[in-house]
Amino acid sequence: MTHIHLAGVDYAILALYFIFVLGIGFALKRFMKGGSAFLTSGRSIPAWVTGLAFLSANLGAQEVIGMAASGAKYGIMTSHFYWVGAIPAMVFLGVFMMPFYYGSKARSVPEYLKLRFDEKTRGFNAISFAVMTIFSSGISLHALAKLLETLVHWNYWTCIWASALVVLVYIFLGGLTSAIYNEVLQFFMIVLGFAPLVFLALKDVGGWSALKGKLAAVAVEQHFDSGAWTHSWTHMGSALENPMGIGWFGMVAGLGFVLSFGYWCTDFLVVQRAMAANSMAAARRTPLIAAVPKMLFPALVILPGMIAIAMHHADGGKFLPLAADGTPDYNMTIPTLLAKYFPSGLLGVGFTALMASFMSGMAGNVTAFNTVWTYDIYQSYIAKDKSDHHYLWMGRYATVFGILVSIGAAFLASKFNNIMDMLQLVFGFVNAPLFATFLLGMFWKRTTGHAAFSGLLIGTVGAALFHGLALTERGVPGIKGGWIAQKFIFHSEMGQNFWMAIVAWTACFTSTLLISLATRRTKTDAELAGLVYSLTPKLKSGNEAWHQRPATLGAAILLLALILNLLFA
Amino acid sequence: MNFDLRLPVGLMFTLFGLILVGVGLLGGPELSEKSLGINMNLWWGLVQLIFGASMLVPALRGRKRSQTRDHDDRA
Repeated sequence: MTHIHLAGVDYAILALYFIFVLGIGFALKRFMKGGSAFLTSGRSIPAWVTGLAFLSANLGAQEVIGMAASGAKYGIMTSHFYWVGAIPAMVFLGVFMMPFYYGSKARSVPEYLKLRFDEKTRGFNAISFAVMTIFSSGISLHALAKLLETLVHWNYWTCIWASALVVLVYIFLGGLTSAIYNEVLQFFMIVLGFAPLVFLALKDVGGWSALKGKLAAVAVEQHFDSGAWTHSWTHMGSALENPMGIGWFGMVAGLGFVLSFGYWCTDFLVVQRAMAANSMAAARRTPLIAAVPKMLFPALVILPGMIAIAMHHADGGKFLPLAADGTPDYNMTIPTLLAKYFPSGLLGVGFTALMASFMSGMAGNVTAFNTVWTYDIYQSYIAKDKSDHHYLWMGRYATVFGILVSIGAAFLASKFNNIMDMLQLVFGFVNAPLFATFLLGMFWKRTTGHAAFSGLLIGTVGAALFHGLALTERGVPGIKGGWIAQKFIFHSEMGQNFWMAIVAWTACFTSTLLISLATRRTKTDAELAGLVYSLTPKLKSGNEAWHQRPATLGAAILLLALILNLLFA
Repeated sequence: MNFDLRLPVGLMFTLFGLILVGVGLLGGPELSEKSLGINMNLWWGLVQLIFGASMLVPALRGRKRSQTRDHDDRA
């Protein structure tokens, strides 16, 4: 098993990092005068900060460890999660959707749904989101503690309580602002901690062209074309030609459209960062600023995975540790590289960066949870019309409560693996149709509240039914699907998930459309001003420099993403 | 909000940079073995030091400026 030996200087770096993390919380404490300062940062943060936080909040456990694992497992096709599955949606959010989120003065995504549709649509979204974020936070916590237990032999429960306590302290003191500032710190930590790792690994493997040669051997051994690990589009003609087991349409429509827009444009965890910006212009620039480093992240997280699998193959299967079934333990990619290339000193920085990525994922979930809980559940259903100071109190205790539940979720995850798989499956059903509701709500004034609510339900049920009818080739009916009948057979779980998303989105879109036409509008044009595209005065951005205009900036980013896709096609 | 984020970011990486440069200069040659014979602590420490300073220096200047402005306002 991979083991990381930390020296005194590495502990010093780790300790210094935590002093800064907690110090930011203490420094911000005096600004937390009320609920809005605590939960929405009082809309006071400059765009470069919210932009980097937007990116960093998504840099949870799945990003650094998971994307490197995918890089090893699927090669450069993993870049689709960036250049297809993130950039276009981030540009769409900044250019088209942010004016409604920010301009409506909603304090959360569920609150936007309340303003645009009705109470029941908000309630459905708020409650499912609150449960989901708290469990995601628990999963992050569990993954971090398990990794630390394996790598440095720290006690699992000590890791859980210590990391939960750090996150609790800095959010309790400084609220969303503290989480956002720490996310920026974490962003730089991750970039400056992993860049030298990629440099050393790439140098060791003999550079890009040598890497390509070694990856050809990996591909051929698994019975794919020799370029399958180094070309992102060439082998997408059918699901059988590539290691992901997915064809181009399922990928573009399922990942690039439904899942990506559903996550980046409607998930309050990321949208909250943009909502905290200090002006409309800054809010719109937030996802666009985030898109630039996001585009380059594959070099930092996917490339190490590709290098690791090339080396694993070249040295006869000894480089990466093996999982119980004899295949490489892909999740150990980054830790293995850290242990191999980093001397004491730099190892402290790399190890701290790894911990930072888990904690930013957890903190992002906790801050999204306490806002949705306080404003969309507590203020809406339990205690209306209290003072701003009262909601500050509630926000702080929601943070404590949220973190305690996260610890409980981590406990469940450590005892019963199936419960977590089950929950993530249910979240998948709820999330898949969401973007259809927002798209119709924002761009078609005829969409009604009843239609939005029933459309979401139909989409969720549609996703569940499809899951019950679909299975992978070698899958066992049950939690992986096919629990009703095995009607649709896929080459990979990823393909099955992407198609489930397409089905759920289509079900939600068509049913919302039809029910809207059949039901009476409950909101007048005047009530929908600022919430719907056709009823909102167009924003003028004439006097900004070209690189500050969202549309120009967005077009430039899309062009760059296109070039990257073509370069590695 | 009167809180410049460049200050903690700059200070932290300046300190990290100094630590790494120190380890790079004082540590034995065996520390370079893992990193392909390159004294990575020294070089990457310098990179972090430059990055940290490029955040810290403008932040300190801005702080000085806003303090003198406050002073002028009061006067």
